[in-house]
Amino acid sequence: MGWRLWSLKRSVWVYHVNAGACNNCDIEVVDLLTPRFDVERFGIRLVGSPRQADALLVTGVGTRQAIKRLQDAYIQTAKPCLVFCIGACACGCGIFEGAYHVSGPVDQAIKSIDPDAIIAYVPGCPPKPEAIVSGVVKALSVV
Amino acid sequence: MTGIAENVFRLLVFPGLVFTLVIGMFGCWVLRKVSALIQWRVGPPWYQPWVDVLKLAGKELLIPEQANAVVFLAAPVVGLAAAVLVSTVLWNALLGRHAYVGDLIVVLYLSVIPSLALIMGSSASASPHAAIGASREMKLILSYELPMAAAMVVALIKAAASGSPSGQVLDLSSLSAAKVIWSISGFMAFLVSLLCIHAKLGLVPFDIAESETELAGGILIEYSGILMGIWRLVQAVLLVALPLLLIAVFLGGFGTGRWAILAGFGKLVLLWVLLILIKNTNPRVRIDQAMRFFWFVCTPALVIAVILAILGRFYGIGWL
Repeated sequence: MGWRLWSLKRSVWVYHVNAGACNNCDIEVVDLLTPRFDVERFGIRLVGSPRQADALLVTGVGTRQAIKRLQDAYIQTAKPCLVFCIGACACGCGIFEGAYHVSGPVDQAIKSIDPDAIIAYVPGCPPKPEAIVSGVVKALSVV
Repeated sequence: MTGIAENVFRLLVFPGLVFTLVIGMFGCWVLRKVSALIQWRVGPPWYQPWVDVLKLAGKELLIPEQANAVVFLAAPVVGLAAAVLVSTVLWNALLGRHAYVGDLIVVLYLSVIPSLALIMGSSASASPHAAIGASREMKLILSYELPMAAAMVVALIKAAASGSPSGQVLDLSSLSAAKVIWSISGFMAFLVSLLCIHAKLGLVPFDIAESETELAGGILIEYSGILMGIWRLVQAVLLVALPLLLIAVFLGGFGTGRWAILAGFGKLVLLWVLLILIKNTNPRVRIDQAMRFFWFVCTPALVIAVILAILGRFYGIGWL
Protein backbone atom coordinates (compact mmCIF):
# COMPACT_ATOMS: atom_id res chain seq x y z
CA MET A 1 0.00 0.00 0.00
CA GLY A 2 3.11 2.21 0.26
CA TRP A 3 3.32 4.19 -2.98
CA ARG A 4 -0.45 4.28 -3.45
CA LEU A 5 -1.05 5.94 -0.11
CA TRP A 6 1.96 8.21 -0.53
CA SER A 7 0.74 9.55 -3.87
CA LEU A 8 -2.90 9.66 -2.75
CA LYS A 9 -2.00 11.93 0.15
CA ARG A 10 -0.16 14.33 -2.13
CA SER A 11 -2.81 14.51 -4.81
CA VAL A 12 -6.30 14.58 -3.33
CA TRP A 13 -8.93 15.39 -5.95
CA VAL A 14 -12.20 16.31 -4.32
CA TYR A 15 -15.76 16.03 -5.50
CA HIS A 16 -18.37 18.14 -3.79
CA VAL A 17 -21.70 16.45 -2.94
CA ASN A 18 -24.55 18.53 -1.64
CA ALA A 19 -26.83 16.18 0.30
CA GLY A 20 -29.46 18.76 1.11
CA ALA A 21 -27.42 21.55 2.65
CA CYS A 22 -28.64 25.10 3.22
CA ASN A 23 -25.79 26.34 0.95
CA ASN A 24 -23.77 27.84 3.79
CA CYS A 25 -21.26 25.00 3.90
CA ASP A 26 -21.18 24.95 0.08
CA ILE A 27 -20.15 28.60 0.03
CA GLU A 28 -17.35 27.81 2.48
CA VAL A 29 -16.21 24.86 0.34
CA VAL A 30 -16.13 27.09 -2.74
CA ASP A 31 -14.24 29.65 -0.66
CA LEU A 32 -11.69 26.99 0.11
CA LEU A 33 -10.84 26.60 -3.57
CA THR A 34 -10.18 30.29 -4.21
CA PRO A 35 -6.63 31.64 -4.64
CA ARG A 36 -6.70 33.01 -1.08
CA PHE A 37 -6.43 29.55 0.48
CA ASP A 38 -4.65 27.97 -2.51
CA VAL A 39 -5.21 24.29 -1.76
CA GLU A 40 -3.44 23.40 -5.02
CA ARG A 41 -0.25 23.76 -2.92
CA PHE A 42 -1.18 20.40 -1.40
CA GLY A 43 -2.26 18.92 -4.71
CA ILE A 44 -5.95 19.32 -3.90
CA ARG A 45 -8.13 19.94 -6.95
CA LEU A 46 -11.86 20.13 -7.50
CA VAL A 47 -13.03 17.66 -10.15
CA GLY A 48 -16.42 17.42 -11.78
CA SER A 49 -16.85 13.67 -11.71
CA PRO A 50 -16.81 11.20 -8.79
CA ARG A 51 -14.96 8.74 -11.06
CA GLN A 52 -11.81 10.81 -10.68
CA ALA A 53 -12.35 11.83 -7.06
CA ASP A 54 -10.29 10.73 -4.07
CA ALA A 55 -12.42 12.50 -1.49
CA LEU A 56 -16.10 13.34 -1.32
CA LEU A 57 -16.84 16.61 0.44
CA VAL A 58 -20.36 15.97 1.69
CA THR A 59 -22.40 18.88 2.99
CA GLY A 60 -25.96 18.80 4.26
CA VAL A 61 -28.19 16.73 6.41
CA GLY A 62 -28.93 13.89 4.01
CA THR A 63 -32.55 14.41 3.00
CA ARG A 64 -34.74 11.55 1.83
CA GLN A 65 -34.29 12.68 -1.77
CA ALA A 66 -30.55 13.26 -1.56
CA ILE A 67 -29.39 10.27 0.46
CA LYS A 68 -29.92 7.81 -2.42
CA ARG A 69 -27.91 10.05 -4.75
CA LEU A 70 -25.19 10.36 -2.16
CA GLN A 71 -24.93 6.57 -1.95
CA ASP A 72 -24.85 6.35 -5.75
CA ALA A 73 -22.07 8.93 -5.88
CA TYR A 74 -20.12 6.97 -3.27
CA ILE A 75 -20.50 3.72 -5.23
CA GLN A 76 -19.34 5.46 -8.41
CA THR A 77 -16.24 6.89 -6.76
CA ALA A 78 -13.04 5.05 -7.58
CA LYS A 79 -11.68 3.44 -4.42
CA PRO A 80 -9.66 4.04 -2.28
CA CYS A 81 -11.47 7.22 -1.32
CA LEU A 82 -12.25 9.30 1.74
CA VAL A 83 -15.50 10.91 2.81
CA PHE A 84 -15.47 14.28 4.55
CA CYS A 85 -18.61 15.32 6.39
CA ILE A 86 -18.50 19.11 6.27
CA GLY A 87 -20.61 21.02 8.76
CA ALA A 88 -22.86 20.22 11.71
CA CYS A 89 -25.65 18.80 9.51
CA ALA A 90 -23.45 16.28 7.73
CA CYS A 91 -21.75 15.29 10.99
CA GLY A 92 -24.91 14.51 12.91
CA CYS A 93 -28.05 16.06 11.41
CA GLY A 94 -27.65 19.23 13.50
CA ILE A 95 -30.87 21.05 14.31
CA PHE A 96 -32.78 18.92 11.78
CA GLU A 97 -32.38 15.68 13.75
CA GLY A 98 -35.65 13.73 13.69
CA ALA A 99 -37.31 16.00 11.14
CA TYR A 100 -39.71 14.44 8.65
CA HIS A 101 -37.52 14.97 5.60
CA VAL A 102 -34.28 13.71 7.16
CA SER A 103 -33.10 10.23 6.33
CA GLY A 104 -30.37 9.68 8.86
CA PRO A 105 -26.90 11.20 9.18
CA VAL A 106 -24.50 11.03 6.25
CA ASP A 107 -22.00 8.69 7.88
CA GLN A 108 -24.64 6.02 8.55
CA ALA A 109 -25.83 6.21 4.95
CA ILE A 110 -22.28 5.63 3.73
CA LYS A 111 -21.55 2.91 6.30
CA SER A 112 -24.71 1.07 5.30
CA ILE A 113 -23.31 0.45 1.81
CA ASP A 114 -19.61 0.21 2.72
CA PRO A 115 -18.79 -0.64 6.35
CA ASP A 116 -15.07 0.00 5.76
CA ALA A 117 -15.51 3.57 4.50
CA ILE A 118 -13.06 6.13 5.83
CA ILE A 119 -15.06 9.05 7.16
CA ALA A 120 -13.72 12.31 8.62
CA TYR A 121 -15.77 15.02 10.29
CA VAL A 122 -15.40 18.80 10.18
CA PRO A 123 -18.02 20.30 12.51
CA GLY A 124 -19.19 23.90 12.44
CA CYS A 125 -22.17 25.82 11.12
CA PRO A 126 -20.64 26.52 8.69
CA PRO A 127 -17.01 25.50 9.32
CA LYS A 128 -14.47 28.13 8.27
CA PRO A 129 -12.26 27.29 5.27
CA GLU A 130 -9.33 27.22 7.71
CA ALA A 131 -11.16 24.58 9.73
CA ILE A 132 -11.78 22.50 6.60
CA VAL A 133 -8.08 22.70 5.61
CA SER A 134 -7.07 21.71 9.12
CA GLY A 135 -9.56 18.83 9.10
CA VAL A 136 -8.31 17.54 5.75
CA VAL A 137 -4.67 17.75 6.86
CA LYS A 138 -5.41 15.95 10.14
CA ALA A 139 -7.37 13.23 8.36
CA LEU A 140 -4.60 12.70 5.83
CA SER A 141 -1.97 12.47 8.58
CA VAL A 142 -4.01 9.77 10.34
CA VAL A 143 -4.83 7.66 7.27
CA MET B 1 17.61 -6.76 -35.86
CA THR B 2 19.63 -3.80 -34.66
CA GLY B 3 17.49 -1.57 -36.84
CA ILE B 4 14.34 -2.69 -35.05
CA ALA B 5 15.97 -2.29 -31.64
CA GLU B 6 17.12 1.19 -32.58
CA ASN B 7 13.66 2.18 -33.75
CA VAL B 8 12.04 0.83 -30.58
CA PHE B 9 14.59 2.74 -28.51
CA ARG B 10 13.83 5.91 -30.50
CA LEU B 11 10.11 5.50 -29.95
CA LEU B 12 10.14 4.55 -26.30
CA VAL B 13 13.15 6.24 -24.75
CA PHE B 14 14.92 8.92 -26.76
CA PRO B 15 13.52 11.06 -28.31
CA GLY B 16 10.15 9.33 -27.93
CA LEU B 17 8.07 8.48 -24.89
CA VAL B 18 10.39 8.91 -21.89
CA PHE B 19 12.27 12.00 -23.08
CA THR B 20 9.11 13.77 -24.25
CA LEU B 21 7.29 12.84 -21.05
CA VAL B 22 10.01 14.28 -18.84
CA ILE B 23 9.83 17.58 -20.71
CA GLY B 24 6.04 17.44 -21.03
CA MET B 25 5.43 16.79 -17.34
CA PHE B 26 7.78 19.67 -16.58
CA GLY B 27 5.68 21.73 -18.99
CA CYS B 28 2.46 20.74 -17.20
CA TRP B 29 3.99 21.88 -13.94
CA VAL B 30 5.15 25.17 -15.51
CA LEU B 31 1.63 25.70 -16.81
CA ARG B 32 0.09 25.19 -13.36
CA LYS B 33 2.81 26.99 -11.42
CA VAL B 34 2.84 30.11 -13.60
CA SER B 35 -0.98 30.20 -13.63
CA ALA B 36 -0.80 30.07 -9.82
CA LEU B 37 1.76 32.88 -9.70
CA ILE B 38 -0.43 35.00 -11.98
CA GLN B 39 -3.30 34.46 -9.54
CA TRP B 40 -1.01 35.50 -6.67
CA ARG B 41 -0.78 32.09 -5.02
CA VAL B 42 1.97 29.55 -4.42
CA GLY B 43 0.94 26.69 -6.67
CA PRO B 44 1.83 23.01 -6.71
CA PRO B 45 5.32 21.55 -6.16
CA TRP B 46 7.37 20.45 -9.19
CA TYR B 47 6.53 16.77 -8.81
CA GLN B 48 2.75 17.34 -8.80
CA PRO B 49 2.00 16.06 -12.35
CA TRP B 50 4.00 12.87 -11.65
CA VAL B 51 2.23 12.31 -8.32
CA ASP B 52 -1.15 12.81 -10.00
CA VAL B 53 -0.41 10.11 -12.57
CA LEU B 54 1.08 7.79 -9.94
CA LYS B 55 -2.01 8.19 -7.80
CA LEU B 56 -4.32 7.55 -10.74
CA ALA B 57 -2.34 4.39 -11.50
CA GLY B 58 -3.04 3.13 -7.98
CA LYS B 59 -6.77 3.80 -8.09
CA GLU B 60 -9.62 1.49 -8.98
CA LEU B 61 -10.51 1.31 -12.67
CA LEU B 62 -14.24 1.71 -13.24
CA ILE B 63 -15.88 0.84 -16.55
CA PRO B 64 -19.46 2.07 -16.94
CA GLU B 65 -22.01 -0.74 -17.28
CA GLN B 66 -23.38 0.34 -20.65
CA ALA B 67 -20.05 1.36 -22.11
CA ASN B 68 -18.43 -0.34 -25.06
CA ALA B 69 -15.52 -1.63 -22.99
CA VAL B 70 -13.09 -2.36 -25.84
CA VAL B 71 -13.29 1.12 -27.38
CA PHE B 72 -13.39 2.73 -23.94
CA LEU B 73 -10.17 0.96 -22.92
CA ALA B 74 -8.40 1.24 -26.28
CA ALA B 75 -8.98 4.96 -26.88
CA PRO B 76 -6.41 6.34 -24.40
CA VAL B 77 -3.78 3.87 -25.62
CA VAL B 78 -4.39 4.84 -29.26
CA GLY B 79 -4.19 8.50 -28.29
CA LEU B 80 -0.91 8.02 -26.44
CA ALA B 81 0.59 5.98 -29.29
CA ALA B 82 -0.26 8.66 -31.84
CA ALA B 83 1.02 11.46 -29.60
CA VAL B 84 4.32 9.62 -29.01
CA LEU B 85 4.69 8.97 -32.75
CA VAL B 86 4.16 12.67 -33.52
CA SER B 87 6.72 13.75 -30.97
CA THR B 88 9.25 11.16 -32.18
CA VAL B 89 8.96 12.29 -35.80
CA LEU B 90 9.29 15.93 -34.73
CA TRP B 91 12.26 15.38 -32.42
CA ASN B 92 13.97 13.31 -35.11
CA ALA B 93 13.51 16.11 -37.62
CA LEU B 94 14.65 18.79 -35.17
CA LEU B 95 17.50 17.13 -33.26
CA GLY B 96 18.64 14.11 -35.22
CA ARG B 97 18.20 15.53 -38.71
CA HIS B 98 16.17 12.53 -39.83
CA ALA B 99 13.65 14.59 -41.78
CA TYR B 100 12.10 13.07 -44.88
CA VAL B 101 9.85 14.37 -47.63
CA GLY B 102 6.23 14.48 -46.47
CA ASP B 103 6.85 14.29 -42.72
CA LEU B 104 4.85 17.51 -42.31
CA ILE B 105 1.81 15.70 -43.72
CA VAL B 106 2.45 12.72 -41.43
CA VAL B 107 2.64 14.99 -38.39
CA LEU B 108 -0.52 16.92 -39.30
CA TYR B 109 -2.34 13.64 -39.88
CA LEU B 110 -1.17 11.95 -36.68
CA SER B 111 -1.76 14.98 -34.48
CA VAL B 112 -5.52 14.70 -35.12
CA ILE B 113 -5.63 11.13 -33.80
CA PRO B 114 -5.43 11.96 -30.04
CA SER B 115 -8.48 14.22 -30.42
CA LEU B 116 -10.29 11.55 -32.42
CA ALA B 117 -9.40 8.93 -29.80
CA LEU B 118 -10.81 11.24 -27.14
CA ILE B 119 -14.07 11.49 -29.11
CA MET B 120 -14.16 7.71 -29.57
CA GLY B 121 -13.51 6.98 -25.91
CA SER B 122 -16.04 9.45 -24.60
CA SER B 123 -18.71 8.35 -27.07
CA ALA B 124 -18.14 4.76 -25.94
CA SER B 125 -18.69 5.67 -22.29
CA ALA B 126 -22.49 6.01 -22.65
CA SER B 127 -22.70 9.20 -20.59
CA PRO B 128 -24.81 12.12 -21.85
CA HIS B 129 -22.24 14.60 -20.52
CA ALA B 130 -19.51 12.82 -22.45
CA ALA B 131 -21.69 12.76 -25.58
CA ILE B 132 -22.11 16.54 -25.46
CA GLY B 133 -18.39 16.91 -24.82
CA ALA B 134 -17.60 14.66 -27.77
CA SER B 135 -19.83 16.61 -30.13
CA ARG B 136 -18.19 19.85 -29.00
CA GLU B 137 -14.72 18.38 -29.49
CA MET B 138 -15.70 17.30 -32.99
CA LYS B 139 -16.93 20.79 -33.85
CA LEU B 140 -13.74 22.22 -32.40
CA ILE B 141 -11.62 19.95 -34.62
CA LEU B 142 -13.63 21.07 -37.65
CA SER B 143 -13.06 24.68 -36.60
CA TYR B 144 -9.30 24.68 -36.12
CA GLU B 145 -8.13 22.19 -38.74
CA LEU B 146 -9.02 24.53 -41.61
CA PRO B 147 -6.92 27.52 -40.45
CA MET B 148 -4.17 25.12 -39.30
CA ALA B 149 -3.88 23.66 -42.82
CA ALA B 150 -4.03 27.14 -44.35
CA ALA B 151 -1.19 28.27 -42.06
CA MET B 152 0.90 25.34 -43.28
CA VAL B 153 0.19 26.37 -46.88
CA VAL B 154 1.57 29.84 -46.10
CA ALA B 155 4.69 28.28 -44.59
CA LEU B 156 5.19 26.05 -47.66
CA ILE B 157 4.87 28.99 -50.06
CA LYS B 158 7.39 31.01 -48.03
CA ALA B 159 9.80 28.06 -47.88
CA ALA B 160 9.53 27.53 -51.64
CA ALA B 161 10.12 31.27 -52.21
CA SER B 162 13.26 31.29 -50.09
CA GLY B 163 14.69 28.52 -52.25
CA SER B 164 15.11 25.69 -49.81
CA PRO B 165 18.53 24.01 -50.06
CA SER B 166 17.36 20.49 -50.82
CA GLY B 167 14.86 21.63 -53.43
CA GLN B 168 12.05 19.94 -51.54
CA VAL B 169 9.89 22.03 -49.23
CA LEU B 170 7.64 19.32 -47.85
CA ASP B 171 10.05 18.15 -45.15
CA LEU B 172 10.43 19.76 -41.77
CA SER B 173 14.14 20.57 -41.88
CA SER B 174 13.90 22.62 -45.09
CA LEU B 175 10.83 24.37 -43.64
CA SER B 176 12.92 25.17 -40.53
CA ALA B 177 15.72 26.52 -42.69
CA ALA B 178 13.32 29.04 -44.25
CA LYS B 179 12.58 30.81 -40.88
CA VAL B 180 9.06 31.62 -42.08
CA ILE B 181 8.17 33.92 -39.16
CA TRP B 182 10.32 36.84 -40.44
CA SER B 183 7.67 38.02 -42.90
CA ILE B 184 4.22 39.53 -42.62
CA SER B 185 2.35 36.50 -43.98
CA GLY B 186 4.51 34.09 -41.98
CA PHE B 187 3.86 36.01 -38.76
CA MET B 188 0.10 36.00 -39.39
CA ALA B 189 0.21 32.25 -40.04
CA PHE B 190 2.24 31.72 -36.85
CA LEU B 191 -0.25 33.63 -34.70
CA VAL B 192 -3.22 31.73 -36.10
CA SER B 193 -1.57 28.34 -35.76
CA LEU B 194 -0.63 29.22 -32.15
CA LEU B 195 -4.35 29.67 -31.47
CA CYS B 196 -5.03 26.40 -33.30
CA ILE B 197 -2.64 24.40 -31.12
CA HIS B 198 -4.12 26.16 -28.09
CA ALA B 199 -7.51 24.77 -29.10
CA LYS B 200 -5.97 21.37 -29.83
CA LEU B 201 -4.46 21.26 -26.34
CA GLY B 202 -7.86 22.13 -24.86
CA LEU B 203 -6.53 25.02 -22.76
CA VAL B 204 -8.83 27.55 -21.22
CA PRO B 205 -10.48 29.75 -23.81
CA PHE B 206 -11.06 26.61 -25.88
CA ASP B 207 -11.64 24.00 -23.15
CA ILE B 208 -15.22 23.84 -24.39
CA ALA B 209 -15.26 20.06 -24.60
CA GLU B 210 -14.14 19.59 -20.98
CA SER B 211 -15.78 22.65 -19.45
CA GLU B 212 -15.78 21.67 -15.79
CA THR B 213 -18.45 24.15 -14.72
CA GLU B 214 -21.16 23.07 -17.15
CA LEU B 215 -20.28 19.56 -18.36
CA ALA B 216 -18.48 18.47 -15.17
CA GLY B 217 -15.46 17.20 -17.08
CA GLY B 218 -17.26 16.53 -20.37
CA ILE B 219 -15.29 14.14 -22.54
CA LEU B 220 -13.29 12.75 -19.62
CA ILE B 221 -16.18 12.41 -17.17
CA GLU B 222 -16.31 8.58 -17.08
CA TYR B 223 -12.57 7.98 -17.08
CA SER B 224 -11.00 6.86 -13.83
CA GLY B 225 -7.82 5.25 -12.57
CA ILE B 226 -4.98 4.48 -14.94
CA LEU B 227 -7.00 5.41 -18.05
CA MET B 228 -7.37 8.96 -16.73
CA GLY B 229 -3.64 8.83 -16.00
CA ILE B 230 -2.96 7.92 -19.64
CA TRP B 231 -5.04 10.89 -20.79
CA ARG B 232 -2.87 13.10 -18.56
CA LEU B 233 0.22 11.62 -20.24
CA VAL B 234 -1.28 12.32 -23.68
CA GLN B 235 -1.80 15.93 -22.60
CA ALA B 236 1.81 16.14 -21.43
CA VAL B 237 3.20 14.69 -24.68
CA LEU B 238 1.05 17.00 -26.80
CA LEU B 239 2.20 19.96 -24.72
CA VAL B 240 5.65 19.27 -26.18
CA ALA B 241 4.75 17.93 -29.62
CA LEU B 242 2.47 20.72 -30.83
CA PRO B 243 4.79 23.61 -29.89
CA LEU B 244 7.61 21.61 -31.54
CA LEU B 245 5.58 21.56 -34.75
CA LEU B 246 5.36 25.35 -34.67
CA ILE B 247 9.08 25.62 -33.90
CA ALA B 248 9.90 23.40 -36.85
CA VAL B 249 7.59 25.12 -39.30
CA PHE B 250 7.76 28.78 -38.30
CA LEU B 251 10.51 29.51 -35.80
CA GLY B 252 13.51 28.00 -37.57
CA GLY B 253 13.89 24.70 -35.74
CA PHE B 254 16.60 23.73 -33.26
CA GLY B 255 19.72 24.07 -35.37
CA THR B 256 22.96 22.24 -34.53
CA GLY B 257 25.56 22.88 -31.90
CA ARG B 258 25.19 23.36 -28.18
CA TRP B 259 23.94 26.95 -28.17
CA ALA B 260 21.52 26.41 -31.04
CA ILE B 261 19.90 23.50 -29.17
CA LEU B 262 19.67 25.64 -26.04
CA ALA B 263 18.02 28.36 -28.14
CA GLY B 264 15.62 25.72 -29.45
CA PHE B 265 14.52 24.86 -25.92
CA GLY B 266 14.22 28.61 -25.33
CA LYS B 267 11.74 28.72 -28.21
CA LEU B 268 9.77 25.90 -26.58
CA VAL B 269 9.61 27.86 -23.31
CA LEU B 270 8.61 31.00 -25.23
CA LEU B 271 5.68 29.14 -26.81
CA TRP B 272 4.67 27.82 -23.38
CA VAL B 273 4.71 31.37 -22.02
CA LEU B 274 2.47 32.54 -24.87
CA LEU B 275 0.07 29.65 -24.23
CA ILE B 276 -0.02 30.44 -20.50
CA LEU B 277 -0.70 34.12 -21.18
CA ILE B 278 -3.60 33.30 -23.53
CA LYS B 279 -4.89 30.75 -21.02
CA ASN B 280 -4.88 33.11 -18.06
CA THR B 281 -6.29 36.22 -19.69
CA ASN B 282 -9.32 34.75 -21.45
CA PRO B 283 -12.56 33.24 -20.20
CA ARG B 284 -14.01 30.20 -21.92
CA VAL B 285 -15.83 30.88 -25.19
CA ARG B 286 -18.95 29.09 -26.39
CA ILE B 287 -18.58 26.53 -29.16
CA ASP B 288 -20.39 28.72 -31.71
CA GLN B 289 -18.13 31.65 -30.83
CA ALA B 290 -15.07 29.44 -31.27
CA MET B 291 -16.27 28.18 -34.66
CA ARG B 292 -17.09 31.69 -35.83
CA PHE B 293 -13.68 32.89 -34.66
CA PHE B 294 -11.74 30.18 -36.46
CA TRP B 295 -13.76 30.19 -39.67
CA PHE B 296 -14.67 33.83 -40.14
CA VAL B 297 -11.73 35.61 -38.49
CA CYS B 298 -8.72 33.30 -38.70
CA THR B 299 -9.39 31.75 -42.10
CA PRO B 300 -9.94 35.07 -43.99
CA ALA B 301 -6.81 36.41 -42.30
CA LEU B 302 -4.92 33.41 -43.66
CA VAL B 303 -6.40 33.86 -47.14
CA ILE B 304 -4.87 37.35 -47.06
CA ALA B 305 -1.61 35.83 -45.79
CA VAL B 306 -1.58 33.29 -48.65
CA ILE B 307 -2.13 36.10 -51.17
CA LEU B 308 0.68 38.13 -49.59
CA ALA B 309 2.99 35.13 -49.67
CA ILE B 310 2.23 34.43 -53.34
CA LEU B 311 2.80 38.11 -54.21
CA GLY B 312 6.03 38.06 -52.23
CA ARG B 313 7.22 35.04 -54.15
CA PHE B 314 6.15 36.43 -57.52
CA TYR B 315 7.89 39.77 -57.05
CA GLY B 316 10.73 38.39 -54.96
CA ILE B 317 9.92 40.41 -51.83
CA GLY B 318 11.13 38.44 -48.81
CA TRP B 319 9.38 40.35 -46.02
CA LEU B 320 5.88 40.15 -47.52
